[in-house]
Amino acid sequence: MTDRALSVVRPGALTTVQDQGRPGHAHLGVPRSGALDGPAAALANRLVGNRPEAAVLETTLNGCAVRPRSTVTVAVTGAPCQVSVDGRPAAWGAPVRVPAGALLTVGTAVAGLRSYVAVSGGIAVEPVLGSRSTDLLSGLGPTPLTVGAVLPLGTPNPLHTRVDTAPQPAPPAELALRVTLGPRDDWFTPEAVRAFTSRTFQVSSASNRIGLRTEGPALERRLKGELPSEGMVLGAVQVPPDGRPVVFLADHPTTGGYPVIGVVRETDLPAAAQAVPGTPVRFIEVRRR
Amino acid sequence: MRALPVGDAALLVEVSSGDEAQALHAELVRRRAEGSLSVREIVPAARTVLLDGLTDPARLAAELTASEVPPAPPRAREVVELPVRYDGPDLADVAALWGVSPEEVARIHAGTEFTVAFCGFAPGFGYLTGLPARYDVPRRATPRTAVPAGSVGLAGPYTGVYPRSSPGGWQLIGTTDAVLWDHARVPAALLSPGTRVRFVGAA
Repeated sequence: MTDRALSVVRPGALTTVQDQGRPGHAHLGVPRSGALDGPAAALANRLVGNRPEAAVLETTLNGCAVRPRSTVTVAVTGAPCQVSVDGRPAAWGAPVRVPAGALLTVGTAVAGLRSYVAVSGGIAVEPVLGSRSTDLLSGLGPTPLTVGAVLPLGTPNPLHTRVDTAPQPAPPAELALRVTLGPRDDWFTPEAVRAFTSRTFQVSSASNRIGLRTEGPALERRLKGELPSEGMVLGAVQVPPDGRPVVFLADHPTTGGYPVIGVVRETDLPAAAQAVPGTPVRFIEVRRR
Repeated sequence: MRALPVGDAALLVEVSSGDEAQALHAELVRRRAEGSLSVREIVPAARTVLLDGLTDPARLAAELTASEVPPAPPRAREVVELPVRYDGPDLADVAALWGVSPEEVARIHAGTEFTVAFCGFAPGFGYLTGLPARYDVPRRATPRTAVPAGSVGLAGPYTGVYPRSSPGGWQLIGTTDAVLWDHARVPAALLSPGTRVRFVGAA
């Protein structure tokens, strides 16, 4: 093993390798996967001079700790948190030099849920179908980080320019998700459709990379039959028999048999990835573009 | 044919049967290959084809709804043969549902030519059609928490093979050693929509 690698000292609750995912294989049952907060992952890469498609680490709530075997530049974006190098505080949202053998600690999110850690050269695990992303639904890509795991790093590109700092949106206190209705809003009572776009839901603690689950009013169906399996898109709001809407995120199944009442605009999904359990959620109906 | 808008960049095209969905899927794949359709995902399912990553879904919707469902495409020449042992734990239950002996279930199943209608549930899991409607079976009332990889199961009008161990509610009639999914292989999936499949009984 070369010295361009990271050793995992503390994996945290759930830390995965993510890049831009593997779209284009849904017809084989392969989810798109990829960083849930794409803009934060892209910014982390820019801060260390990586290409946008480089793989980064995606943490969940309580960060992680890793030890690079060679000197690297890292940047932590997404959910704000304490960053330290060998115990000394370091900048969040800016390039940080980590000497060979030093311990990089990414702390618990003080707001939001998922932090992104880019390392110069990118995480260079073997790609699967063109992507290094961990897909938690179907098990493609590298397994989530474990203590002692060693992740290879790619070669930094010296020609890429770095940015020093960049503004980032604050994680949302309230999630306002713009939705277009359909394709199966006619499977619900008019009252249920009204409740969907006017009432306030809360982010459920059962949310994960597959879907943002909600608690709140149950949406009643008008048609009680079974919907034959049909293709699902990112951002689809599927309503299972319990009536609680689920917003499909990157690791969502490619087909499903529960009706989709509406679809969240893709540009609103990064904020959904940072919403902690209990965050109020409203679905704002918008016209199709 | 009905084209329902899905979000800002996708269309769900609804047809009236699984055969029509397969024919439409084949036609859309052909159009993408010849360059007249720009789309990121073409996802066939039971009675629909989803088109995702479109730049002008409204225009395509108008065009599709003004046209007829294309005729069934010429069948693929190649048939993928899956060796199977009819030794599944639900073989007797399926035999009872069909009103035949377990040996007869094996004979009927191995004597059928299947087509992959669509994939889903897991990478490489194909929903295979081909059995006459009288052989439809319900899912198990209680799904198993772990179905071994290679299990051959039935549910509704479909036959499927579990590419890896996972929970599942299909009625298991047999086992195959075929590797349905191997991401180090090209192509990774042994079965994809439109593939013809035959189960070959092994001793």
